[in-house]
Amino acid sequence: MLRLLTIEFHKLKHNRASKVLSIIYFGLLTCIALIAAIKFDIGPVKFHLADAGIFNFPYIWHFNTYIASILKFFLLLVIVSMMANEYSYKTLKQNLIDGLSKKEFVLSKFYTVIAFAFISTVFVFVVSLILGLIYSDYNEFAIIVSDLKYLVAFFIKLVGFFSMGLFFGILVKRSAFAVGAMVVWLIIESMFKGYLFWSFKDASNTTEKVDSIMQFLPFEAMANLIKEPFSRLGAVKSVANQIGETFTKSYDVQFTTIFIVSAWTFIFIYLSYALLKKRDL
Amino acid sequence: METILSLKNLDKKYGSVHAVNNLSFDIQKGNVYGILGPNGSGKSTTLGIILNVVNRTSGKFSWFNDSLSTHEALKKVGAIIERPNFYPYMTAAQNLALICKIKGITTEKIDEKLKVVNLYERKNSKFRTYSLGMKQRLAIASALLNDPEILILDEPTNGLDPQGIHEIRQIIKKIAANGTTILLASHLLDEVEKVCSHVVVIRKGVKLYSGRVDEMTASNGLFELKVDTNEEHLINILEEHPAIGKITKEHETIIATLSKTISSSEINEYLFGKGIILSHLVKRKPSLEQQFLDLTNNN
Repeated sequence: MLRLLTIEFHKLKHNRASKVLSIIYFGLLTCIALIAAIKFDIGPVKFHLADAGIFNFPYIWHFNTYIASILKFFLLLVIVSMMANEYSYKTLKQNLIDGLSKKEFVLSKFYTVIAFAFISTVFVFVVSLILGLIYSDYNEFAIIVSDLKYLVAFFIKLVGFFSMGLFFGILVKRSAFAVGAMVVWLIIESMFKGYLFWSFKDASNTTEKVDSIMQFLPFEAMANLIKEPFSRLGAVKSVANQIGETFTKSYDVQFTTIFIVSAWTFIFIYLSYALLKKRDL
Repeated sequence: METILSLKNLDKKYGSVHAVNNLSFDIQKGNVYGILGPNGSGKSTTLGIILNVVNRTSGKFSWFNDSLSTHEALKKVGAIIERPNFYPYMTAAQNLALICKIKGITTEKIDEKLKVVNLYERKNSKFRTYSLGMKQRLAIASALLNDPEILILDEPTNGLDPQGIHEIRQIIKKIAANGTTILLASHLLDEVEKVCSHVVVIRKGVKLYSGRVDEMTASNGLFELKVDTNEEHLINILEEHPAIGKITKEHETIIATLSKTISSSEINEYLFGKGIILSHLVKRKPSLEQQFLDLTNNN
């Protein structure tokens, strides 16, 4: 496993585009801390985001993993191009001739995906921990370590998302088109969701029915892993209460969602391997 | 003798195209083999199959008497196919270091092999800045990194200028002289003739011949003759001789293929007796090109 990782790392290390994108990504992750500096100061209305409770433990785990997962597109470009480049440079053929098996080839990419996801998770953990220790109103150990499941969800989400990128990289063989294909898939998924809403429009519990089907689709499942944290924020809730709206949403990380995304990860990686095995290069 | 590679009834179909048809041959240690065939005869497909990049339709092949799985065996093989494929953003040394990692060997031989192919001075230049000849030489260096049991070369001089071709041939000869087993696929016959001891001839995926180069066609040799005047007369006279099979004319030279062995002096005496004085007479074996054409036309 270490051998495969060092092989892949060697390929990435010397690639300037990958290096720049990775640095931007981890730079932006660090920049989450800058949210703390957001202050509105309009005459009598003083609003400091850091004081609004977004950095309170354990809410910060939810909020930061959600924000951080938006940035995953930068790494997606690295992942997709590291796969598609092997085709455009024809180095995949050379790697196989040099004695890498097709299985090892796919595994080396998958291990890299896991490594990237793991490093991102550790990064978000450290940044959030520091921010929380500075701004959180509660600093008891038990509160800090509660809701760490959002970090697990974050990790699973990244692995699933990047595995999808790997698969499309192998399928389409061109980085730009592979990213395009993922966008097309996202659009199809949204259209399917729209279609479901239309076909269940007469049912009493339309949303539940649609969600019960949609949860199995990859993009929807990945989105379900970490639900949007904004309506959970105390400040937002109290505003909503004033206008007579109550949220009864569950923000929890569901085990079924983790399972569904893991299953998709397995499917994407296995299909990548099957595709590679079947192809003549 | 130790068998390095053995192919049995190998078959590959691309849709309706039968690229490799029931191909069987063995590669023994220490010999230099040439795979000959016109363009599109299935040479590269065959090499692709044994190198794990093309899936076979049926049949089997085994490396080192089946003692290793294909990808493990390939770590002991050095191969270059068609175009050199490296990471353009890495330098020569970085590319070779990656191959060392894949093959699971140390990087200590990189400088040595770069010197063999005269690229040592450019080892820190990016691959994308290389000329085609340099790329091809780097490919050879990469194939030599593990001191391979067998070196597989597919059209190594394709697309090179005369100087590049000469350099690659010198390198191949040097490697062959060290006793390394070589499998060389080419449609350039003089290339094969110069370095190979054995040949496998294929056409449209079918094996026509496999064995020693000099036993390829049962030939008694041929004469090249020239006269200053009266060629017609010479041809008529030659046709009467019982040992002469076929007579053809190439530019100014008349080629007489022998059906029985006779010596140069015998034919000279015979013609002189008929009043013909030759300006040129050479007896030689048919070139590989002629043998190859005979073989591919007759089958």
